[in-house]
Amino acid sequence: MTSAVDHHHGPATGMTRWLFTTNHKDIGSMYLIFSLLMFFIGGSMALIIRMELVEPGLQVVQPEFFNQMTTMHGLIMVFGAVMPAFVGLANWMVPLMIGAPDMALPRLNNFSFWLLPFAFFMLLSTLVMDGGAPDFGWTFYAPLSTTYAPPSVTFFIFAIHLAGVSSILGAINVIVTIMNMRAPSMSYMKMPLFVWTWLITAFLLVAVMPVLAGTVTMMLTDIHFGTSFFDAGGGGDPVLFQHLFWFFGHPEVYIMILPAFGIISQIVPTFSRKPLFGYASMVYATSSIALLSFTVWAHHMFTVGIPLVGELFFMYATMLISVPTGVKVFNWVATMFRGSMTFETPMLFAIAFIVLFTIGGFSGLMLAISPADFQYHDTYFVVAHFHYVLVPGAVFSIMAAAYYWMPKWTGNMYDEYLGKCHFWCSFVGLNLTFFPMHFVGLAGMPRRIPDYSIQFADFNLVSSLGGFLFGFSQLIFVLVVVKCVKGGKKAEAVVWEGAEGLEWQVPSPAPYHTFETPPEVK
Amino acid sequence: MKERSCSSAVLIILAALWSVSAQADWALNMTEGVTEVSRSIYSLHMQIFWICVVIAIAVFSVMFWSIIHHRKSVGAKAEQFHENTTVELIWTIVPVLILVAMAVPATTTLIEMYDTSDSDVDIQVTGYQWKWQYQYLGEDLSFFSNLSTNPDEINNKVEKNKNYLLEVDEPLVVPIGKKIRFLVTSNDVIHSWWVPAFAVKRDAIPGFINESWTRIDEVGTYRGQCAELCGKDHGFMPIVVQAVTDEDYALWLTEKKASIAAEVAAAARVWSLEELMVRGEQVYQKNCAACHQVGGQGISPMFPALKASAIATQAEQRDAHIKIVLEGRAGTAMQAYGAQLSAVELAAVITYERNAWGNDTGDIITPQSIQSMLKSK
Amino acid sequence: MKSNRKLILQLCGATLGMFLFGFALVPLYDVFCDITGLNGKLELVAKKSTGVIDTSRAIKVQFIANTNESMPWDFVAKDVEMTVHPGENARADFFVQNLTNEQMVGQAIVSVSPSIGAKYFHKTQCFCFDRQVLNAKQAQDVSVLFSLDTDLPESVKKITLSYTFFDITDLQPVAAN
Repeated sequence: MTSAVDHHHGPATGMTRWLFTTNHKDIGSMYLIFSLLMFFIGGSMALIIRMELVEPGLQVVQPEFFNQMTTMHGLIMVFGAVMPAFVGLANWMVPLMIGAPDMALPRLNNFSFWLLPFAFFMLLSTLVMDGGAPDFGWTFYAPLSTTYAPPSVTFFIFAIHLAGVSSILGAINVIVTIMNMRAPSMSYMKMPLFVWTWLITAFLLVAVMPVLAGTVTMMLTDIHFGTSFFDAGGGGDPVLFQHLFWFFGHPEVYIMILPAFGIISQIVPTFSRKPLFGYASMVYATSSIALLSFTVWAHHMFTVGIPLVGELFFMYATMLISVPTGVKVFNWVATMFRGSMTFETPMLFAIAFIVLFTIGGFSGLMLAISPADFQYHDTYFVVAHFHYVLVPGAVFSIMAAAYYWMPKWTGNMYDEYLGKCHFWCSFVGLNLTFFPMHFVGLAGMPRRIPDYSIQFADFNLVSSLGGFLFGFSQLIFVLVVVKCVKGGKKAEAVVWEGAEGLEWQVPSPAPYHTFETPPEVK
Repeated sequence: MKERSCSSAVLIILAALWSVSAQADWALNMTEGVTEVSRSIYSLHMQIFWICVVIAIAVFSVMFWSIIHHRKSVGAKAEQFHENTTVELIWTIVPVLILVAMAVPATTTLIEMYDTSDSDVDIQVTGYQWKWQYQYLGEDLSFFSNLSTNPDEINNKVEKNKNYLLEVDEPLVVPIGKKIRFLVTSNDVIHSWWVPAFAVKRDAIPGFINESWTRIDEVGTYRGQCAELCGKDHGFMPIVVQAVTDEDYALWLTEKKASIAAEVAAAARVWSLEELMVRGEQVYQKNCAACHQVGGQGISPMFPALKASAIATQAEQRDAHIKIVLEGRAGTAMQAYGAQLSAVELAAVITYERNAWGNDTGDIITPQSIQSMLKSK
Repeated sequence: MKSNRKLILQLCGATLGMFLFGFALVPLYDVFCDITGLNGKLELVAKKSTGVIDTSRAIKVQFIANTNESMPWDFVAKDVEMTVHPGENARADFFVQNLTNEQMVGQAIVSVSPSIGAKYFHKTQCFCFDRQVLNAKQAQDVSVLFSLDTDLPESVKKITLSYTFFDITDLQPVAAN
């Protein structure tokens, strides 16, 4: 296990420490390790996909297994890798950043973590079931996921339920912690941005995860109990499924990116040695992105046959989201402007985040233009878009956070040379993988196909090579983490020259119990 | 030093890409298409793309300028400013104005796409797992369009032709210069009918119809694919549209109807086992092999085997075999082929299944017997 | 700690509320569809026409007959296309036959395109209001009586009415909504 070794008092020994712990640092570490494991499992599935797509023709897998891979890759990365990683970071850092001794509901915290291994064990077990794993895409549109689903769909539904309960409980815990346990003099507008973005994310989780739970429950009763929510024959409507799913799904997208905004807003000022530009506007921008996210869901459904007025409404609302998002990017650039910058690994990841996330934002703006979306929809252009916002967006921000706070967690500096290696390999690999997808998508390659016509061959080969480079570079990260846990140069309390905030007031590594008496906030 | 070696690696990769691109046909951008709508979508796409490029250059050049000049290693001292209301207002309002400028042409194009005026040709497009059916409304003409790529090409046994996976047995034929209205629906799961050259993409939803329209300017063959995940062979249900002149269209209509009539008439004559086996193999490859597999072994448990199966070998299961082919099995990919294939094709494929792969029952199913089972009005 | 409890209860309430809201979206969606004609979904109840006929306009009405999953029923529209004035009462006939040797139950689902026309398409009588029970090989003529609203937007020149028969023989008699 990583990070929380050698403490002077507190932790129990052996397995019981991890099974029964109520310590936010232990639980945070477990979340992070779990999500890293899922990142590798989901990543291997991506590599199977890329292996099949190296050249036209069916070589490695058959279409039915290919569909299982695309589905499981999406589900595992969204619910198993990105979301738990952010919850892990929140567990570790929110109490440290607001000067609280622990999360508000420590036992619930333990419970919400331990739901996850069961959820994903159940989900992964479908791979060896008769009929195979879910094969209807991570968006599981009815009736492909109801009437026509493999028998394992029931396990999928319960896995989603468990993961959903875990997220909701985690979110409730974060909200209560932030609202009730801040150090006495820390007003809301003094909270670090990571805390702010997590507070807003937690509210989004509470608002939409139950809707997802309701939707999969409807699927369950449609499949087993004779209801017809999504079956036109019984008076239901398959399009209703899409409305329900995206009512959850679009805010979900922001659940995976708002904490990333928070992380970048911590890192950029530190390495620019300059306060964050436009703190208040950052908070307002985050809140308005969260609110707008409830009004744009049907932009995923422009080709479904929505009336003209509906198309226009959802197009305008979606375009509007680029305003607060733009404000954030401008603020980060303004923070760097006239700073005194150094480029350690966290900063490299953060800068790559800003550049590549902005590219993903631009393709998002293009996708928002409803008439053009009739050509983009369900092509690799969409795949390129959401991987640009999720990989250099969510994943890079998590990596940046891990490098940024790892010395605080372990008490040792990570290997800067290996960190930079990891960054550059990832950066090159990811652009090789996902940039050509814009081209094949525009040229007309639909997504989720195991085989393609020959004019897409060259770019797909490039994507596959890039995919393998990106995938295997992540092993460098494991090496960095292992080395850093084992030893290395001792880290000081204030690890980075320009770092501000309560988390740097405790020694490195952070003791098992911190802030038992609330600190003073300037 | 590290960065140096990384960047040289990038250079090598770029050089390799460049040499490949010199020989290969790298399609980079959206097609302009052959309709007014597709062209306005293309120009909209390019406008927005260039606006994004300009904004990107502006923002990133400021950023990289700071990265170069305001680094600690060149002695930059950090200033401590952290807000400026004027600047913040400007970069909120200017993007709003840019968005308004984008929204105007987008709205115009969208209204054009939603035109509901009268049409010249109406075609019902129905998605099936995994093929398309085209019905010419008011013409009493209907047929299925299946992928016609040789399975050996897919399995890398022979070289792939240039229309690999984008070729069908029966293309949709339409006249140019006429307003064609597509009524899109589905028979089972959700599909999406997409032809990039027309910028027509509509989801096919079971129980509902959606409409879209096009007016094609040029004679030609246009290819597209299903754009909504619809199960196992989602990647193997292409769309081919032949746009022809008015005269050619009229000629094609007459010929097509005549060939369908001939197929119906063929049911009346006597067919030998050999004839049925030859025809049956063709029908099987086209309609059945995707699930039950070329060798009849199926894919357990979703798609049962036919080879050495009770249903295809036992004499007392003969009627059950015919019934399941004609009526399908609800909630599975097994469709009711009674409505999709001709009596001859049905007789041939059932005969084939009962005699191929060592099933050797010797049964001959006649087209007449199928006809009597289909309609006993 | 007291304030923790209150906040937790509020958040649990919000969670439960959103779970129920997910279900509430099902009827809300129907209401929304009725108002906007989204998806061309029609209300399955009879509606009286006002009696005013707008002879200045003639609208082409097309009829499409489908069976879902190639359900083994023969279902055809006898009237493929007709021209009606808004406000005028009209009737379209269909033929349906069960081709199997067992009794089957079918439900016809209606859809109108363009969807903007859906809320102006009034049916006074329709076989789609009820499920159809057909015995083995039984054939039946069915029909729909309808009128177009005089408020139908000028831009709509052609309306298509599609019926899709779904096999609901195995479906439990209780439907969800």
